[in-house]
Amino acid sequence: MKGFAALYAELDATTKTNDKVAALARYFSSASPEDAAWALYFLSGRRIKNLLNSRKLHAWAIERADVPEWLFGECYDAVGDIAETIAHLLPAPDHTDDRPLSWWVETRLLPLKSAPEEAQREIILEAWDALDGVERFVWNKLITGGFRVGVSQLLITRALENVTRLPGATLAHRLMGEWQPDASFWAQLTAQEDGAAQISRPYPFFLAYAVDEDFTALGPSSDWQVEWKWDGIRSQVIARGGDIFIWSRGEELVTERFPEIASAARALPEGTVIDGEILPWKDGHVLPFALLQQRIGRKNLTKRILQDIPAVVLAYDVLEWGGVDIRERPLDERRALLDSIVGAANSPSLLMSPLVGAQSWDDLAVLMRDARARGVEGFMLKRRTSPYRVGRQRGDWYKWKVSPLTVDAVLVYAQRGSGKRASLYTDYTFAVWDENRQLVPFAKAYSGLTDAEIRQVDAYVRRSTIEKFGPVRTVTPELVFELAFEGIQRSGRHKSGIAVRFPRIANWRRDKSIEEADTLETIRAMLPPESAE
Amino acid sequence: MTANIELTERGLYCPQGDFYIDPWRPVPRAVVTHAHADHLTSGCGRYLVSRAGDRVTQARLGPNANRVQTAVYGETVTINGVRVSLHPAGHILGSAQVRIETGDGFVSVVTGDYKTEPDATCTPFELVRCNLFVTESTFGLPIYRWRPQAQIFSEINAWWRANADEGKPSMLFGYALGKAQRLLAGLDATIGPILTHGAVERMTRAYRESGVSLPDTHYAGSTDKTMWGRAMIVAPPSARGSTWLRKFGNVGTAFASGWMQIRGARRQRSVDRGFTLSDHVDWPGLLDVITATGAETVYVTHGYTSVVARWLNEHGRQAFVVETLFAGEREDSPDNLADYADEGAE
Repeated sequence: MKGFAALYAELDATTKTNDKVAALARYFSSASPEDAAWALYFLSGRRIKNLLNSRKLHAWAIERADVPEWLFGECYDAVGDIAETIAHLLPAPDHTDDRPLSWWVETRLLPLKSAPEEAQREIILEAWDALDGVERFVWNKLITGGFRVGVSQLLITRALENVTRLPGATLAHRLMGEWQPDASFWAQLTAQEDGAAQISRPYPFFLAYAVDEDFTALGPSSDWQVEWKWDGIRSQVIARGGDIFIWSRGEELVTERFPEIASAARALPEGTVIDGEILPWKDGHVLPFALLQQRIGRKNLTKRILQDIPAVVLAYDVLEWGGVDIRERPLDERRALLDSIVGAANSPSLLMSPLVGAQSWDDLAVLMRDARARGVEGFMLKRRTSPYRVGRQRGDWYKWKVSPLTVDAVLVYAQRGSGKRASLYTDYTFAVWDENRQLVPFAKAYSGLTDAEIRQVDAYVRRSTIEKFGPVRTVTPELVFELAFEGIQRSGRHKSGIAVRFPRIANWRRDKSIEEADTLETIRAMLPPESAE
Repeated sequence: MTANIELTERGLYCPQGDFYIDPWRPVPRAVVTHAHADHLTSGCGRYLVSRAGDRVTQARLGPNANRVQTAVYGETVTINGVRVSLHPAGHILGSAQVRIETGDGFVSVVTGDYKTEPDATCTPFELVRCNLFVTESTFGLPIYRWRPQAQIFSEINAWWRANADEGKPSMLFGYALGKAQRLLAGLDATIGPILTHGAVERMTRAYRESGVSLPDTHYAGSTDKTMWGRAMIVAPPSARGSTWLRKFGNVGTAFASGWMQIRGARRQRSVDRGFTLSDHVDWPGLLDVITATGAETVYVTHGYTSVVARWLNEHGRQAFVVETLFAGEREDSPDNLADYADEGAE
């Protein structure tokens, strides 16, 4: 645990990516394969779920730290993170411990899941007595999850590149999907030759950058393939080994959530991988994304739901054909191939992402005016000669989004953030005026302010609290913010009757008083016509 | 015997002596624990401060400086029949606890801010027994337990050395009055030149004039690039993100403060390193001091007031929360505190 805790401390102690990459590379080149595999597992944001009820952790910490419950609560309020709070409160360990990360995970952490309570307690207390400072914090974090230390997949890949001398794309691909963190995985990951590829493994997604306002830099519009930018679930559909796998961009296997798509994919030839967007789609039109969310939320996919909210894949690209990785071929070629593949599959659940015909950038700007009415977020611009790259890279793929809608709203509730914002009130609820000049909450937003502004709002929240409900504080309405959001829909589940998509803070309107905030009526006027829903 | 101080709109007041302790509005007569802005208000008729704090107080007060009277630690000054003496609080140079003894033998002690850990730049904390103890509680939570400063200073110096070896200046943020000078005293001047921001430089001068020995420093504004590669630059927190900072190019940044104990507070400031070094008493120190004073009654102010008061009440001591004007802003918000000594920054 010492080596991994030291790595954690090093990563946590710098905001510079080069330093982080260097620290990771040092760790990976010196750790045992077992430790390296587990470190990779946790640093890439994976976690072992449901190890232990956090109430128990809480209770044993109170017992060991010998503080009353209320004082523990006050400490948690100041720290904002349960793992860290406990690490600060426990007495110093009575001995030091040199056993490695893999030992702690395999013989202590994993057994927690099925152990009886008394055995769990013993494991936890033993760990607390043996682990010091950062080690103890890291151990707690392994249990509670949310292991944020500012390490992206890209940084991990760069560090592994340094250590293994393998190309980043190969490593990124080998890290996708589900894998067992053990020595043999580490051996496969770092092997110079590809072994038998795991049949379910998706490719890393190529992501687009937001386009700059200046289109002249992109050259003539004819160099670009233009598609609508859809608001769904970016996915890969894989047909390999006689089986179908559907992965979301969050690297979650969602095959069973979309039986109609899986069944359409059975028509794909062996060794095909398609990149596309899962959308709720009916009678040739996209449905609001909220409906897809509703469908995902259901445990049982009843016939009724499959009928009311059918899902389709709009195919964007083909990455593998006949079992061969074709990501390096130019987009034009891949698109033509995709067209023939989708045509041959001939299924209502597998469609081509339509191209947008336009003669110039100006034409596109005109078409953009209707984007919202079409239920799209704007355009995707893809260079016709481009390969399918890894991650978010500039140059070949751009997203050109419709300008957001904006509303001036009043801050009414605040809640603590998490991660680096855990000790601050950063999650806000905003309200607008209804017909009776009452403030009605209508949106939550978490981002958009600078760190300095967040601290000012935090101070305001604490100074102006009217009431506390658990983690939420009601504040005196006084601050006005301009909120931006991508879309707006009617909602029976919200008191305001509307739901907004991707709300964020665009500006702190210090120049406005709450009387000048917008009304519900103004917002309703932004709703799409009833028939479009 | 009855309590000889009370809370008024202008601050803690001794009716019999007709003076205030650390008033937050101008009053005819003020006894001041130390020169930080939330304890020293300008515009009072007369001030009593410790002799050790004379220079720094004058540096802060400017035009009001001629109204300052001083007393050496332990010297008794009689004000309207009340015996007043100042005792080292160990917080910053000249910081004092105010001991107030009235005719009936009742003794109150007002700590201002204090710490029990030694500090090379000021006289160590002295325990004063009393009936009524008015204590600060800035870090009044059990999550605040300080590691020995020798460890922290060796981490700071190691960080500086590593930066210097890469030719990268080190920028260390700490309050301009007190923290900055304590940092200077702990730096290993063999690593490279030590530069100071203007606000730090002024206070450092006042320390030197008071006889505190500190390593040689250069006012950053009068240095050039050739000095920066191995330099340690000590600056107030308000210099973060300023144009002043940008001229040094790629710098390593760190913040020295008790708040750095908490990961979220550290990360929020987007500095490379956070060094937990505080000029306030930690939780175990706070409880030890309170017990050792023998006080029957404790007033808790400046910080986690309700937490400390509740803990004391649950442990058989009579404790009350005393809200100060600054409490609302200071209690929960390290950031207001962080910048309190920074006025006059470049």
